[in-house]
Amino acid sequence: GVGLAHLAQGASAQEALEPNAWEEITSYNNYYEFGTGKDDPVRYAHALTTEPWSVRIDGLVDNPGDYDFKDIMSEMTVEERIYRFRCVEAWSMVIPWNGFELADLLNMAGVQEGAKYVAFETALVPDEMPGVRYPVLDWPYREGLRLDEAMHPLTMIATGIYGRPIPNQNGAPLRLVVPWKYGFKSIKSIVRITVTDVEPPTSWNMANPREYGFYSNVNPNVDHPRWSQASERKIGGGLFAKRVPTLMFNGYEKEVAGLYEGMDLTKFY
Amino acid sequence: MQRVNQTLRQLPVWVVYLLGALPAPWLFYQGLTGGLGVDPIEALEHRYGELALQLLIAVLAISPLRRFIGVNLLKFRRALGVLTFAYVSLHLLVWLVLDVQVPSQIWADIVKRPYITVGMVAFVLMIPLVVTSNNLSVRKLGSRWRNLQRLVFPAAILGGLHYVMLAKGFQVEPLIYLSLIIGLLLLRVPFPRLLTRLRRADSA
Repeated sequence: GVGLAHLAQGASAQEALEPNAWEEITSYNNYYEFGTGKDDPVRYAHALTTEPWSVRIDGLVDNPGDYDFKDIMSEMTVEERIYRFRCVEAWSMVIPWNGFELADLLNMAGVQEGAKYVAFETALVPDEMPGVRYPVLDWPYREGLRLDEAMHPLTMIATGIYGRPIPNQNGAPLRLVVPWKYGFKSIKSIVRITVTDVEPPTSWNMANPREYGFYSNVNPNVDHPRWSQASERKIGGGLFAKRVPTLMFNGYEKEVAGLYEGMDLTKFY
Repeated sequence: MQRVNQTLRQLPVWVVYLLGALPAPWLFYQGLTGGLGVDPIEALEHRYGELALQLLIAVLAISPLRRFIGVNLLKFRRALGVLTFAYVSLHLLVWLVLDVQVPSQIWADIVKRPYITVGMVAFVLMIPLVVTSNNLSVRKLGSRWRNLQRLVFPAAILGGLHYVMLAKGFQVEPLIYLSLIIGLLLLRVPFPRLLTRLRRADSA
Protein backbone atom coordinates (compact mmCIF):
# COMPACT_ATOMS: atom_id res chain seq x y z
CA GLY A 1 0.00 0.00 0.00
CA VAL A 2 2.73 2.55 0.79
CA GLY A 3 4.23 2.66 -2.69
CA LEU A 4 0.80 3.06 -4.18
CA ALA A 5 -0.33 6.05 -2.23
CA HIS A 6 2.90 7.65 -3.27
CA LEU A 7 2.27 6.89 -6.95
CA ALA A 8 -1.26 8.20 -6.82
CA GLN A 9 0.02 11.39 -5.30
CA GLY A 10 2.59 11.67 -8.06
CA ALA A 11 -0.16 11.55 -10.64
CA SER A 12 -2.32 14.09 -8.93
CA ALA A 13 0.59 16.42 -8.31
CA GLN A 14 0.67 17.39 -12.01
CA GLU A 15 -2.49 19.29 -11.37
CA ALA A 16 -4.50 19.70 -8.21
CA LEU A 17 -7.53 17.52 -8.82
CA GLU A 18 -10.77 19.11 -7.75
CA PRO A 19 -13.24 16.30 -7.06
CA ASN A 20 -16.74 16.46 -8.50
CA ALA A 21 -19.63 16.93 -6.13
CA TRP A 22 -21.23 13.87 -4.49
CA GLU A 23 -24.44 14.72 -6.32
CA GLU A 24 -22.69 14.65 -9.70
CA ILE A 25 -20.83 11.40 -9.03
CA THR A 26 -23.93 9.60 -7.79
CA SER A 27 -26.61 10.84 -10.21
CA TYR A 28 -24.91 10.41 -13.59
CA ASN A 29 -23.97 6.77 -14.09
CA ASN A 30 -23.64 4.09 -16.70
CA TYR A 31 -24.84 0.86 -15.13
CA TYR A 32 -26.83 -0.82 -17.88
CA GLU A 33 -28.19 -3.55 -15.58
CA PHE A 34 -30.52 -0.81 -14.32
CA GLY A 35 -31.24 0.79 -17.69
CA THR A 36 -29.32 2.66 -20.38
CA GLY A 37 -30.31 6.18 -19.25
CA LYS A 38 -27.79 8.09 -17.16
CA ASP A 39 -30.41 8.56 -14.42
CA ASP A 40 -31.70 4.98 -14.47
CA PRO A 41 -29.07 3.68 -12.00
CA VAL A 42 -29.85 6.32 -9.36
CA ARG A 43 -33.55 5.57 -9.79
CA TYR A 44 -33.46 1.78 -9.73
CA ALA A 45 -30.21 0.57 -8.16
CA HIS A 46 -31.50 0.91 -4.60
CA ALA A 47 -33.34 -2.39 -5.19
CA LEU A 48 -30.07 -4.31 -5.33
CA THR A 49 -29.42 -6.36 -2.19
CA THR A 50 -25.80 -5.78 -1.22
CA GLU A 51 -25.91 -7.39 2.19
CA PRO A 52 -24.87 -10.14 2.58
CA TRP A 53 -22.40 -10.13 -0.31
CA SER A 54 -19.71 -12.56 -1.19
CA VAL A 55 -17.09 -12.70 -3.89
CA ARG A 56 -16.00 -15.98 -5.39
CA ILE A 57 -12.28 -15.95 -6.04
CA ASP A 58 -11.18 -18.89 -8.13
CA GLY A 59 -8.90 -20.08 -10.91
CA LEU A 60 -5.15 -20.05 -10.45
CA VAL A 61 -5.14 -19.09 -6.76
CA ASP A 62 -3.88 -20.89 -3.66
CA ASN A 63 -7.00 -20.17 -1.61
CA PRO A 64 -10.05 -20.34 -3.87
CA GLY A 65 -13.46 -19.88 -2.32
CA ASP A 66 -16.35 -17.59 -1.51
CA TYR A 67 -15.11 -14.61 0.43
CA ASP A 68 -17.63 -12.70 2.50
CA PHE A 69 -17.46 -8.95 1.85
CA LYS A 70 -17.14 -8.23 5.58
CA ASP A 71 -14.24 -10.69 5.89
CA ILE A 72 -12.48 -9.04 2.96
CA MET A 73 -12.93 -5.61 4.53
CA SER A 74 -11.49 -6.79 7.83
CA GLU A 75 -8.31 -7.85 6.04
CA MET A 76 -7.84 -4.76 3.86
CA THR A 77 -6.53 -1.29 4.65
CA VAL A 78 -8.87 1.33 3.22
CA GLU A 79 -7.36 4.56 1.94
CA GLU A 80 -8.56 7.50 -0.14
CA ARG A 81 -7.47 7.93 -3.76
CA ILE A 82 -8.52 10.94 -5.82
CA TYR A 83 -8.54 9.75 -9.44
CA ARG A 84 -9.59 11.12 -12.79
CA PHE A 85 -12.41 9.08 -14.32
CA ARG A 86 -12.73 9.18 -18.12
CA CYS A 87 -15.73 7.56 -19.79
CA VAL A 88 -15.39 6.13 -23.30
CA GLU A 89 -18.28 8.49 -24.18
CA ALA A 90 -15.86 11.44 -23.82
CA TRP A 91 -17.00 12.90 -20.51
CA SER A 92 -14.99 12.89 -17.31
CA MET A 93 -15.11 13.42 -13.57
CA VAL A 94 -12.73 13.45 -10.63
CA ILE A 95 -13.74 11.00 -7.92
CA PRO A 96 -12.43 10.63 -4.35
CA TRP A 97 -12.60 6.86 -3.95
CA ASN A 98 -12.08 4.89 -0.77
CA GLY A 99 -10.78 1.39 -1.11
CA PHE A 100 -7.76 -0.87 -1.26
CA GLU A 101 -5.34 -2.10 -3.86
CA LEU A 102 -6.53 -5.00 -5.94
CA ALA A 103 -3.05 -6.48 -5.51
CA ASP A 104 -3.67 -6.83 -1.77
CA LEU A 105 -6.83 -8.84 -2.42
CA LEU A 106 -5.15 -11.02 -5.06
CA ASN A 107 -2.22 -11.64 -2.73
CA MET A 108 -4.65 -12.70 -0.02
CA ALA A 109 -5.99 -15.35 -2.41
CA GLY A 110 -2.45 -16.23 -3.50
CA VAL A 111 -1.79 -15.88 -7.23
CA GLN A 112 -0.23 -19.03 -8.63
CA GLU A 113 2.60 -19.50 -11.07
CA GLY A 114 1.45 -19.32 -14.69
CA ALA A 115 -1.34 -16.79 -14.07
CA LYS A 116 -1.55 -14.13 -16.77
CA TYR A 117 -4.98 -12.50 -16.54
CA VAL A 118 -7.71 -11.66 -14.07
CA ALA A 119 -11.39 -11.91 -15.03
CA PHE A 120 -14.23 -10.13 -13.21
CA GLU A 121 -17.98 -10.60 -13.19
CA THR A 122 -20.82 -8.33 -12.05
CA ALA A 123 -23.81 -9.66 -10.12
CA LEU A 124 -26.76 -10.72 -12.28
CA VAL A 125 -30.00 -10.42 -10.30
CA PRO A 126 -32.90 -10.17 -12.77
CA ASP A 127 -35.45 -9.54 -10.00
CA GLU A 128 -33.55 -6.48 -8.86
CA MET A 129 -32.10 -5.29 -12.17
CA PRO A 130 -34.76 -4.05 -14.62
CA GLY A 131 -32.19 -3.42 -17.36
CA VAL A 132 -31.21 -7.06 -17.84
CA ARG A 133 -34.62 -7.84 -19.34
CA TYR A 134 -33.14 -6.45 -22.56
CA PRO A 135 -30.16 -7.97 -24.36
CA VAL A 136 -28.26 -4.66 -24.38
CA LEU A 137 -25.18 -6.74 -23.57
CA ASP A 138 -24.58 -10.45 -23.09
CA TRP A 139 -25.20 -10.59 -19.32
CA PRO A 140 -23.59 -10.94 -16.83
CA TYR A 141 -21.24 -8.02 -17.35
CA ARG A 142 -17.65 -9.21 -17.60
CA GLU A 143 -14.32 -7.47 -17.57
CA GLY A 144 -10.68 -8.43 -17.47
CA LEU A 145 -7.15 -7.18 -16.92
CA ARG A 146 -3.72 -8.49 -17.67
CA LEU A 147 -2.13 -9.69 -14.40
CA ASP A 148 0.46 -6.88 -14.38
CA GLU A 149 -2.33 -4.32 -14.84
CA ALA A 150 -4.30 -5.93 -12.04
CA MET A 151 -1.27 -5.91 -9.71
CA HIS A 152 -0.37 -2.30 -10.56
CA PRO A 153 -0.43 -0.07 -7.48
CA LEU A 154 -2.88 2.37 -9.10
CA THR A 155 -5.47 -0.38 -9.63
CA MET A 156 -7.91 -0.46 -6.75
CA ILE A 157 -11.10 -1.96 -5.47
CA ALA A 158 -13.36 0.88 -4.35
CA THR A 159 -15.81 0.45 -1.50
CA GLY A 160 -16.56 4.09 -0.77
CA ILE A 161 -16.78 7.64 -2.13
CA TYR A 162 -16.16 10.75 -0.02
CA GLY A 163 -15.68 8.48 2.99
CA ARG A 164 -19.20 7.07 2.71
CA PRO A 165 -20.11 3.54 1.61
CA ILE A 166 -20.24 3.42 -2.17
CA PRO A 167 -23.85 3.90 -3.39
CA ASN A 168 -25.49 1.09 -5.33
CA GLN A 169 -25.54 3.10 -8.56
CA ASN A 170 -21.75 3.42 -8.37
CA GLY A 171 -21.21 -0.31 -7.94
CA ALA A 172 -21.81 -1.28 -4.31
CA PRO A 173 -20.50 -2.97 -2.37
CA LEU A 174 -17.20 -3.26 -4.24
CA ARG A 175 -16.02 -2.31 -7.70
CA LEU A 176 -12.85 -2.11 -9.71
CA VAL A 177 -11.18 1.25 -10.45
CA VAL A 178 -8.51 1.39 -13.15
CA PRO A 179 -7.92 5.11 -13.60
CA TRP A 180 -5.93 4.98 -16.86
CA LYS A 181 -8.59 2.99 -18.71
CA TYR A 182 -12.02 3.98 -19.99
CA GLY A 183 -14.64 3.78 -17.28
CA PHE A 184 -16.36 0.63 -18.54
CA LYS A 185 -13.26 -1.39 -17.58
CA SER A 186 -13.92 -0.47 -13.95
CA ILE A 187 -16.53 -3.19 -13.42
CA LYS A 188 -19.16 -2.69 -10.71
CA SER A 189 -20.70 -4.89 -7.99
CA ILE A 190 -18.20 -7.72 -8.38
CA VAL A 191 -19.28 -11.25 -7.46
CA ARG A 192 -16.46 -13.20 -9.06
CA ILE A 193 -12.75 -12.81 -9.65
CA THR A 194 -11.02 -15.53 -11.65
CA VAL A 195 -7.27 -15.68 -12.10
CA THR A 196 -6.48 -17.35 -15.40
CA ASP A 197 -3.82 -17.95 -18.04
CA VAL A 198 -5.93 -16.92 -21.06
CA GLU A 199 -7.30 -13.50 -22.03
CA PRO A 200 -10.87 -13.51 -20.67
CA PRO A 201 -13.87 -12.40 -22.78
CA THR A 202 -15.05 -8.89 -21.85
CA SER A 203 -18.59 -7.56 -22.36
CA TRP A 204 -18.10 -4.51 -24.57
CA ASN A 205 -15.44 -6.25 -26.62
CA MET A 206 -17.88 -9.15 -27.20
CA ALA A 207 -20.62 -6.71 -28.19
CA ASN A 208 -18.49 -4.69 -30.62
CA PRO A 209 -14.82 -5.66 -30.98
CA ARG A 210 -14.15 -2.90 -33.50
CA GLU A 211 -15.18 -0.20 -31.03
CA TYR A 212 -14.03 -1.63 -27.70
CA GLY A 213 -10.70 -3.40 -27.32
CA PHE A 214 -9.55 -5.58 -24.45
CA TYR A 215 -7.11 -2.91 -23.26
CA SER A 216 -9.25 0.23 -23.67
CA ASN A 217 -6.57 2.50 -22.29
CA VAL A 218 -7.49 6.18 -22.41
CA ASN A 219 -5.74 7.41 -25.54
CA PRO A 220 -6.44 10.77 -27.19
CA ASN A 221 -4.72 9.58 -30.38
CA VAL A 222 -6.96 6.58 -31.03
CA ASP A 223 -10.52 7.61 -31.78
CA HIS A 224 -13.60 5.59 -31.08
CA PRO A 225 -14.98 4.76 -34.56
CA ARG A 226 -18.01 6.92 -33.83
CA TRP A 227 -16.44 9.88 -32.04
CA SER A 228 -13.16 11.57 -31.27
CA GLN A 229 -11.32 10.76 -28.05
CA ALA A 230 -9.02 13.79 -28.34
CA SER A 231 -11.00 15.87 -25.87
CA GLU A 232 -13.53 15.43 -23.11
CA ARG A 233 -16.30 17.30 -21.34
CA LYS A 234 -15.76 17.68 -17.61
CA ILE A 235 -19.00 17.03 -15.80
CA GLY A 236 -20.03 19.95 -13.63
CA GLY A 237 -19.29 22.79 -16.06
CA GLY A 238 -22.92 23.37 -16.96
CA LEU A 239 -24.42 24.17 -20.33
CA PHE A 240 -21.38 26.10 -21.57
CA ALA A 241 -18.64 23.77 -20.32
CA LYS A 242 -15.51 24.01 -22.46
CA ARG A 243 -13.99 20.80 -23.74
CA VAL A 244 -10.53 20.00 -22.40
CA PRO A 245 -7.84 17.89 -24.06
CA THR A 246 -7.77 14.24 -23.01
CA LEU A 247 -4.46 13.13 -21.50
CA MET A 248 -2.55 10.02 -22.57
CA PHE A 249 -3.44 7.18 -20.17
CA ASN A 250 -5.80 9.71 -18.58
CA GLY A 251 -2.86 11.55 -17.04
CA TYR A 252 -1.22 8.45 -15.54
CA GLU A 253 1.30 8.00 -18.34
CA LYS A 254 4.34 8.22 -16.06
CA GLU A 255 3.03 5.41 -13.89
CA VAL A 256 1.66 2.98 -16.47
CA ALA A 257 3.24 3.60 -19.90
CA GLY A 258 5.87 0.98 -19.04
CA LEU A 259 3.19 -1.73 -19.00
CA TYR A 260 2.70 -1.29 -22.73
CA GLU A 261 6.28 -0.81 -23.93
CA GLY A 262 6.72 -2.04 -27.47
CA MET A 263 3.00 -2.51 -28.04
CA ASP A 264 1.24 -0.84 -30.95
CA LEU A 265 -1.52 0.98 -29.11
CA THR A 266 -3.51 1.59 -32.29
CA LYS A 267 -3.72 -2.20 -32.70
CA PHE A 268 -4.12 -3.05 -29.00
CA TYR A 269 -6.71 -0.36 -28.27
CA MET B 1 -65.43 10.46 -36.06
CA GLN B 2 -67.25 13.39 -37.59
CA ARG B 3 -67.52 15.06 -34.21
CA VAL B 4 -63.77 14.58 -33.64
CA ASN B 5 -63.05 16.19 -36.99
CA GLN B 6 -65.42 19.06 -36.25
CA THR B 7 -63.67 19.79 -32.96
CA LEU B 8 -60.29 19.59 -34.67
CA ARG B 9 -61.42 22.03 -37.33
CA GLN B 10 -62.14 24.60 -34.64
CA LEU B 11 -58.61 24.34 -33.23
CA PRO B 12 -56.50 27.12 -34.76
CA VAL B 13 -53.13 26.12 -36.25
CA TRP B 14 -51.28 28.71 -34.17
CA VAL B 15 -52.11 26.67 -31.08
CA VAL B 16 -50.10 23.78 -32.51
CA TYR B 17 -47.21 26.13 -33.35
CA LEU B 18 -47.28 27.57 -29.84
CA LEU B 19 -47.53 24.25 -27.98
CA GLY B 20 -44.89 22.74 -30.25
CA ALA B 21 -42.48 25.64 -29.77
CA LEU B 22 -42.75 25.84 -25.98
CA PRO B 23 -40.46 22.89 -25.11
CA ALA B 24 -37.51 24.55 -26.90
CA PRO B 25 -36.97 27.52 -24.54
CA TRP B 26 -38.25 25.50 -21.57
CA LEU B 27 -35.62 22.77 -22.05
CA PHE B 28 -32.90 25.39 -22.58
CA TYR B 29 -33.90 27.09 -19.34
CA GLN B 30 -33.89 23.71 -17.58
CA GLY B 31 -30.40 23.09 -18.93
CA LEU B 32 -29.20 26.42 -17.57
CA THR B 33 -30.68 25.90 -14.14
CA GLY B 34 -29.77 22.28 -13.47
CA GLY B 35 -33.11 20.71 -14.40
CA LEU B 36 -31.47 18.47 -17.01
CA GLY B 37 -28.98 16.88 -14.63
CA VAL B 38 -25.23 17.25 -14.36
CA ASP B 39 -24.48 16.92 -18.10
CA PRO B 40 -26.98 19.40 -19.59
CA ILE B 41 -25.22 19.55 -22.97
CA GLU B 42 -25.78 15.89 -23.76
CA ALA B 43 -29.28 16.00 -22.24
CA LEU B 44 -30.36 19.05 -24.28
CA GLU B 45 -28.89 17.60 -27.47
CA HIS B 46 -30.76 14.33 -26.95
CA ARG B 47 -34.05 15.91 -25.89
CA TYR B 48 -34.17 18.19 -28.97
CA GLY B 49 -33.30 15.23 -31.18
CA GLU B 50 -35.99 13.02 -29.65
CA LEU B 51 -38.59 15.77 -30.00
CA ALA B 52 -37.69 16.14 -33.67
CA LEU B 53 -38.21 12.40 -34.20
CA GLN B 54 -41.50 12.44 -32.30
CA LEU B 55 -42.79 15.34 -34.40
CA LEU B 56 -41.62 13.60 -37.55
CA ILE B 57 -43.58 10.50 -36.59
CA ALA B 58 -46.64 12.71 -35.99
CA VAL B 59 -46.23 14.19 -39.49
CA LEU B 60 -45.98 10.73 -41.04
CA ALA B 61 -49.03 9.52 -39.09
CA ILE B 62 -51.39 12.16 -40.48
CA SER B 63 -52.19 10.63 -43.83
CA PRO B 64 -52.64 7.02 -42.55
CA LEU B 65 -54.83 8.38 -39.73
CA ARG B 66 -57.13 9.93 -42.27
CA ARG B 67 -57.15 6.98 -44.63
CA PHE B 68 -57.60 4.17 -42.12
CA ILE B 69 -59.38 5.80 -39.17
CA GLY B 70 -60.95 8.87 -40.70
CA VAL B 71 -59.34 11.43 -38.39
CA ASN B 72 -58.45 14.50 -40.38
CA LEU B 73 -55.35 16.34 -39.13
CA LEU B 74 -54.17 17.56 -42.53
CA LYS B 75 -54.61 21.14 -41.43
CA PHE B 76 -51.81 20.75 -38.88
CA ARG B 77 -49.31 18.90 -41.04
CA ARG B 78 -47.37 21.95 -42.16
CA ALA B 79 -47.06 23.23 -38.60
CA LEU B 80 -45.78 19.86 -37.39
CA GLY B 81 -43.36 19.67 -40.32
CA VAL B 82 -41.94 23.13 -39.69
CA LEU B 83 -41.62 22.33 -35.97
CA THR B 84 -39.78 19.11 -36.84
CA PHE B 85 -37.25 21.09 -38.84
CA ALA B 86 -36.90 23.62 -36.03
CA TYR B 87 -36.03 20.90 -33.51
CA VAL B 88 -33.63 19.19 -35.92
CA SER B 89 -31.90 22.57 -36.31
CA LEU B 90 -31.74 23.11 -32.54
CA HIS B 91 -30.38 19.59 -32.09
CA LEU B 92 -27.70 20.33 -34.70
CA LEU B 93 -26.90 23.72 -33.14
CA VAL B 94 -26.41 22.25 -29.67
CA TRP B 95 -24.13 19.63 -31.18
CA LEU B 96 -22.08 22.24 -33.08
CA VAL B 97 -21.85 25.02 -30.55
CA LEU B 98 -22.12 23.40 -27.12
CA ASP B 99 -20.94 19.82 -27.72
CA VAL B 100 -18.20 19.59 -30.38
CA GLN B 101 -17.12 23.25 -30.08
CA VAL B 102 -14.04 22.84 -32.31
CA PRO B 103 -14.97 23.98 -35.86
CA SER B 104 -12.23 21.91 -37.52
CA GLN B 105 -13.54 18.79 -35.86
CA ILE B 106 -17.09 19.34 -37.03
CA TRP B 107 -16.34 18.68 -40.69
CA ALA B 108 -14.09 15.75 -39.77
CA ASP B 109 -16.93 14.25 -37.75
CA ILE B 110 -19.45 14.70 -40.56
CA VAL B 111 -17.19 12.90 -43.03
CA LYS B 112 -15.67 10.29 -40.74
CA ARG B 113 -18.52 9.23 -38.45
CA PRO B 114 -21.27 7.38 -40.30
CA TYR B 115 -24.04 8.17 -37.79
CA ILE B 116 -23.27 11.87 -38.13
CA THR B 117 -23.10 11.62 -41.92
CA VAL B 118 -26.51 9.95 -41.91
CA GLY B 119 -27.96 12.61 -39.60
CA MET B 120 -26.53 15.43 -41.73
CA VAL B 121 -27.96 13.94 -44.94
CA ALA B 122 -31.38 13.78 -43.27
CA PHE B 123 -31.04 17.44 -42.27
CA VAL B 124 -30.01 18.51 -45.79
CA LEU B 125 -32.94 16.58 -47.31
CA MET B 126 -35.28 18.54 -45.08
CA ILE B 127 -34.07 21.97 -46.20
CA PRO B 128 -36.01 22.04 -49.52
CA LEU B 129 -39.08 20.85 -47.61
CA VAL B 130 -39.06 23.73 -45.18
CA VAL B 131 -38.12 26.26 -47.88
CA THR B 132 -41.20 25.25 -49.91
CA SER B 133 -43.53 25.01 -46.93
CA ASN B 134 -45.53 28.09 -47.97
CA ASN B 135 -48.61 28.64 -50.11
CA LEU B 136 -46.68 30.46 -52.81
CA SER B 137 -44.39 27.45 -53.38
CA VAL B 138 -47.37 25.09 -53.43
CA ARG B 139 -48.99 27.17 -56.17
CA LYS B 140 -45.82 27.74 -58.18
CA LEU B 141 -44.56 24.16 -58.06
CA GLY B 142 -47.92 22.52 -58.70
CA SER B 143 -47.65 18.74 -58.89
CA ARG B 144 -43.88 18.95 -58.47
CA TRP B 145 -44.48 20.21 -54.90
CA ARG B 146 -46.01 16.86 -53.92
CA ASN B 147 -43.09 14.97 -55.40
CA LEU B 148 -40.59 17.25 -53.69
CA GLN B 149 -42.29 16.82 -50.31
CA ARG B 150 -41.75 13.05 -50.65
CA LEU B 151 -38.15 13.76 -49.60
CA VAL B 152 -39.54 13.46 -46.08
CA PHE B 153 -39.60 9.67 -46.54
CA PRO B 154 -35.83 9.16 -46.98
CA ALA B 155 -35.19 11.92 -44.43
CA ALA B 156 -37.35 10.10 -41.87
CA ILE B 157 -35.63 6.74 -42.43
CA LEU B 158 -32.20 8.36 -42.12
CA GLY B 159 -33.30 10.22 -38.98
CA GLY B 160 -34.44 6.99 -37.34
CA LEU B 161 -31.29 5.23 -38.49
CA HIS B 162 -29.13 8.03 -37.03
CA TYR B 163 -30.63 7.30 -33.60
CA VAL B 164 -30.18 3.53 -33.93
CA MET B 165 -26.55 3.96 -35.03
CA LEU B 166 -25.51 6.12 -32.11
CA ALA B 167 -26.78 3.74 -29.43
CA LYS B 168 -24.23 1.81 -27.41
CA GLY B 169 -25.04 -1.89 -27.29
CA PHE B 170 -28.43 -3.31 -28.31
CA GLN B 171 -31.00 -0.71 -27.22
CA VAL B 172 -34.76 -0.95 -27.65
CA GLU B 173 -35.88 2.70 -27.75
CA PRO B 174 -34.13 3.74 -30.97
CA LEU B 175 -35.44 0.58 -32.65
CA ILE B 176 -39.00 1.51 -31.63
CA TYR B 177 -38.61 4.92 -33.32
CA LEU B 178 -37.19 3.38 -36.50
CA SER B 179 -39.91 0.69 -36.62
CA LEU B 180 -42.63 3.31 -36.21
CA ILE B 181 -41.16 5.33 -39.06
CA ILE B 182 -40.81 2.31 -41.35
CA GLY B 183 -44.29 1.09 -40.37
CA LEU B 184 -45.88 4.45 -41.20
CA LEU B 185 -44.11 4.49 -44.55
CA LEU B 186 -45.21 0.91 -45.35
CA LEU B 187 -48.84 1.94 -44.75
CA ARG B 188 -48.46 4.17 -47.81
CA VAL B 189 -47.44 1.39 -50.17
CA PRO B 190 -50.51 0.56 -52.29
CA PHE B 191 -50.21 -3.21 -51.83
CA PRO B 192 -53.63 -4.20 -53.31
CA ARG B 193 -52.97 -2.16 -56.43
CA LEU B 194 -49.50 -3.67 -56.75
CA LEU B 195 -51.01 -7.15 -56.43
CA THR B 196 -53.59 -6.59 -59.15
CA ARG B 197 -50.93 -5.18 -61.40
CA LEU B 198 -48.71 -8.19 -60.78
CA ARG B 199 -51.59 -10.59 -61.42
CA ARG B 200 -52.48 -8.84 -64.62
CA ALA B 201 -48.88 -9.03 -65.76
CA ASP B 202 -48.94 -12.75 -64.93
CA SER B 203 -52.04 -13.57 -66.97
CA ALA B 204 -50.93 -11.44 -69.91
